[in-house]
Amino acid sequence: MKTFLKSREAILSAAILALLVLIASRFPAFVEPGNLARVFTDTSPLILLALGQTVVILTRCIDLSVAANLALTGMVCAMLNAAYPGVPMAAILVLALAMGAVMGMINGLMVWKLNIPPIVVTLGTMTIYRGLIFVLSGGAWVNAHEMSHAFTGFPRAELLGLPVLAWIAILVTGLFFLGIARTPLGRAFYAVGGNPHAAVYTGIDVGRTQFMAFTLSGMLAGLTGYLWVARYSVAYVDIAGGFELEVVAACVIGGISIAGGAGTILGTLLGALFLGIVKNALPVVDISPFWQLAISGTAIIVAVAFNTRSGRSKGRIILKRAEGHA
Amino acid sequence: MTETASHGQAPRHIPDRLQGPGARLLKSWELLLFAVAVAIFIANSFASPYFLNAWNLSDATFNFTEKAMIAFAMALLIISGEIDLSVASIIALASTAMGAAVQYGAGTPELVLIGLATGLACGAFNAVLVTKMGLPSIVVTIGTMSLFRGISYIVLGDGAYRGYPAEFAYFGQGYVFWVISFEFVLFALLAVLYYILLHRTNFGRMVYAIGNNATAASFSGIRVARVKFILFLLTGLMSGIAAICLTSRLGSTRPSIAFGWELEVVTMVVLGGVSILGGSGSIPGVVIAAFVMGLVTFGLGLLNVPGIVMSIFIGMLLIGVIALPRLWAMWRR
Repeated sequence: MKTFLKSREAILSAAILALLVLIASRFPAFVEPGNLARVFTDTSPLILLALGQTVVILTRCIDLSVAANLALTGMVCAMLNAAYPGVPMAAILVLALAMGAVMGMINGLMVWKLNIPPIVVTLGTMTIYRGLIFVLSGGAWVNAHEMSHAFTGFPRAELLGLPVLAWIAILVTGLFFLGIARTPLGRAFYAVGGNPHAAVYTGIDVGRTQFMAFTLSGMLAGLTGYLWVARYSVAYVDIAGGFELEVVAACVIGGISIAGGAGTILGTLLGALFLGIVKNALPVVDISPFWQLAISGTAIIVAVAFNTRSGRSKGRIILKRAEGHA
Repeated sequence: MTETASHGQAPRHIPDRLQGPGARLLKSWELLLFAVAVAIFIANSFASPYFLNAWNLSDATFNFTEKAMIAFAMALLIISGEIDLSVASIIALASTAMGAAVQYGAGTPELVLIGLATGLACGAFNAVLVTKMGLPSIVVTIGTMSLFRGISYIVLGDGAYRGYPAEFAYFGQGYVFWVISFEFVLFALLAVLYYILLHRTNFGRMVYAIGNNATAASFSGIRVARVKFILFLLTGLMSGIAAICLTSRLGSTRPSIAFGWELEVVTMVVLGGVSILGGSGSIPGVVIAAFVMGLVTFGLGLLNVPGIVMSIFIGMLLIGVIALPRLWAMWRR
């Protein structure tokens, strides 16, 4: 119980509650259930991408290409829908998942087979994927009137009071929760990040595990790509520009250690919710949305400082410190 | 790299100094890059009739001079095993600070001072977080990348600063002699300075030592944290200088100024043969890489290729230069 109170999840939950109380004291309408549901729905894309990013960071990698992956998949789905409105929704969902997964696999393969540092790979693919959107679309927009009702309606359709988009976020969070705790692959993510050498001796293929992490991250980015484009009913080159930073921020705030191997799914969920609430509260408390970028930057720095500090006190860092300097 | 270098050689050959097979490989890399630069130059002159023109070529240098200035400092930083992804955001913040000063009637000397000071301050901020608090530089600079540009957005919103004094335009638009721009002279001067710093001084040797093995370096009496602190300061300072040049060239400041440059700077450094894992690389390599990238973007520009498509080439270049040697090594095995 005491360790729980000190944990990142408890601190973050307290911070989120304090934030909500603070906003509610001046704007009670913000904490009405209906509005909170809206905030959650609005944060769903961030949650989805942050979950994928979590497993990538757990394996000591980073995926900066998620936002570009999202935008490219979204554009392809939108263009397909505009050209062939008859294509069933299931096919579009499968396409989004597959396309995203393939882009994740490209990242993963280069990290696994060619041993290229993940930051370089994903910085590169980030610009390549983003550039491909322009090549595909010629810079043109796909607007609401070109999309079919089924296409735009899917993420917004309400089920038991919540839109499908929110349900997907809940479902995927649940799957990750179970998958990370209960499957060999889930444990392998931690093993690879915690100590790659030890992981090898226990029979885990480090590169393959990282490849799987990138594939998962890409798959979720692809799925979110369709959901994003359908929800906002527009697709263009720059959608979700810079979103990868927000995703990394959500993970780091959630206590996912950038050195790999430490962090929880609950932490990531709370980290994403924290950013989502801040983002949605800014216009309510009449602060210009231009503050958003600086706030998430500050949050990243504070959180990573926090992560390192809390890791230190546990005394398990001795080896890691030697490694970090090497 | 050691893997490919030692492959196929007698097992008793153990390199006892850095001028071993690694250095030879590096030299051949620079030669290869130079050949690529020449090839692109020739291809460009065939592809467009406007390419071989002194003024056009002079214009082409602006494509890389500002980025290359940062790339020199970034090369040292990456050789030492760190990275700074906030450089483009430092440009934005420094430019915003200068723009704000203009509104209060600052003259050219004050503007230059403010640009340099902002760059140094941002570099110091990164340096403190990385070296004093022991945080990983990738995350710290991803954070400051949002923070610095975020401050610019807070100050400027969707507005812009204009009205820079006329003599301020010299830094980005002035010519020292005929077609030789001020920026190009500054670039050449800095290239020589950084060459001396990295390849001819104790400090440069320390940078390599830290990048190869920081623990061993610290046991041999090198103040690792201090050297890294200085490198972050240098990178900030160079970003400040680049901010002065770019702001002067554009004559206005928007918060989106120099967006995405961190990628191009890192690409330039990696293309120049600097190992992203630290420990090896050279300034001549970075200089040639700057020319290669400048020529490629300028050539594509003359062929009316839009900027975002060029960025695909940059991205492929970044991955390609690291992937191809490794693929080659795998294929030969």
